[in-house]
Amino acid sequence: MTAIAQKKAKKGMKAWLKKNAVGYAFLMPFLVLFAVFVIVPVAVAMYYSLTNYNMIQKPDFVGLSNYAQLILDDDVFLISLQNTLLLAVVTGPLGYFASFIMAWIITLVKRGRGFFSLAFYAPSLTSGVAMSTIWLILFSGDRYGYINNLLLRLGIIMEPILWTKDADFVLPVIMIITVWMSMGNGFLSFLAGFQNIDPSMYEAGRVDGIKNKWQELRLITIPLMKPQMLFGAINSIVGAFAVFDVATAVAGMPSPNYAAHTIVAHLYDYAFTRFNMGYASAVAMVLFLITFFLGRLCMRMFRDDT
Amino acid sequence: MVAVKVKRRRFRLRKLTFSKIMLYLFLAMMVVFCGLPLFAMVCRSLMPLDELYLYPPRLIVQKPTLRNFSDLLTSLSSSTVPFTRYIFNSVFTTVVTCVASIIVCCLGAYGLVKHKPAGSNIIFGIVVAALSFSVHVTQIPNYLVVNSLGLVNTYLALIIPKIAVAYNFFLVKQFCEQLPDSILEAARIDGAKELRIFWTIAMPLLQPAWTTLAVFSFVNNWNDYFSPLIFIQSNALKTLPLALQTLSGGAGVVARSGAVGAATFLTTLPAILVFAFMRGKVMETMSYSGIKS
Repeated sequence: MTAIAQKKAKKGMKAWLKKNAVGYAFLMPFLVLFAVFVIVPVAVAMYYSLTNYNMIQKPDFVGLSNYAQLILDDDVFLISLQNTLLLAVVTGPLGYFASFIMAWIITLVKRGRGFFSLAFYAPSLTSGVAMSTIWLILFSGDRYGYINNLLLRLGIIMEPILWTKDADFVLPVIMIITVWMSMGNGFLSFLAGFQNIDPSMYEAGRVDGIKNKWQELRLITIPLMKPQMLFGAINSIVGAFAVFDVATAVAGMPSPNYAAHTIVAHLYDYAFTRFNMGYASAVAMVLFLITFFLGRLCMRMFRDDT
Repeated sequence: MVAVKVKRRRFRLRKLTFSKIMLYLFLAMMVVFCGLPLFAMVCRSLMPLDELYLYPPRLIVQKPTLRNFSDLLTSLSSSTVPFTRYIFNSVFTTVVTCVASIIVCCLGAYGLVKHKPAGSNIIFGIVVAALSFSVHVTQIPNYLVVNSLGLVNTYLALIIPKIAVAYNFFLVKQFCEQLPDSILEAARIDGAKELRIFWTIAMPLLQPAWTTLAVFSFVNNWNDYFSPLIFIQSNALKTLPLALQTLSGGAGVVARSGAVGAATFLTTLPAILVFAFMRGKVMETMSYSGIKS
């Protein structure tokens, strides 16, 4: 390299730095923390999932054997996977559509918008662990339980049901609680989306022959709401697969017959009671792959074509 | 002709009222479903002991009393850790996390949008991808980092890992996009330093965004159960959700019902209040929350 070229390169470097330094300086605190606590951990978990690691000895590389053990030998994991999928399939879409419909209805209503949106969003603001003390009373297994009492009085059941101790009932109970708590997922985003749609779009639609609110929703609103719907969907997915607090608080850990055991509960069990970090990381990676893949799928589904 | 017109109009009006009635009926049903457990919570926190064990169980409190709250806050103080300490732990870690997250995420999002350093698009792409990471996935390496820093069983363990949150960064970044460059340029011509421009011009304009972030961050951290569960061992450092679970004895234990009711109320109320007061700002920011893919 000639001296001139070197000088030029140095100058280019300097100019580049000058151009970008301020931006990077602003970004630095976020990037450092984000890398250390979010991005690198995913890579590290990926690596640990291929090792045996108990925090005392160095990680011992074992290839895919943790995954093989998860799928072939660990019945409790398969139960937790099944429970989590069931919970997610039921509560995710239910919560998502409930918040979409509620946001839509609230924008149609003229009076009491503030009250209704607060009432509807309040459950999402509660702590799952705290509210489960109330749910445990509502679903108490004896005659003192509000729900048992009501059903007994109506003559629907003859004997009180052990809602949170009977393996057949505990998962549905957790589903009800999870739906109650997750109906707000995406709700605020939807509400804002609905309120932001230019009313002239609806007028134009009416001129073009749109007859009722349903057509309006399908042909005008939803296409315009795609970005908000994507945001809501991603939040719902992450929430639906992460059920843990409510499940352990209501059913205990381990739950009867593992009927309320979730992936996160399995992860917690192996990582923080047995300190088998390698195996627990493999569980974490399964969770990661599921939510990440579904997130990508949503991005594709809600692609903005406009 | 006129008669037909009038008739049609009346029909439309009636149809409108009918659908309106259905609408409000549906809304009322949803309010009951959403509100009933919260109503039960408020009532049980106010019930005297004999009402808590009444058969058949009553939903509505007959003789409301604040006895449960005074029991919770005073008589339990004789145990090793007073309940007020848990309240302090929750308030302290939540507020510090909130403030730190606001500053770090606003700084970053502003730098990304208004200075566009090389690689901004890649950085933002990673943040969007990280929206679909569940916190539990990163929890094991986080534990190892916190452990190697010697921070297990300290307040910092509950704060540091939760400052740089993809969700928060994303919201501020979307809001930042619509800040006019002209104001910032004008300040720059006047010779203001970049950090000063950020603090005195951008931050006030970003206020709806960071108030929203404050609400979400408050609600999430206030209700967080998983982080204190793995990072906190000593009783004195527990936050409310964890303390409440210890108090209620976990699943299936019915002891201390009155105090548990009061504790549940105190744990639930702050997040709802914070949201109720900030609703307007939150809605303003959520308008920009869409992801364009």
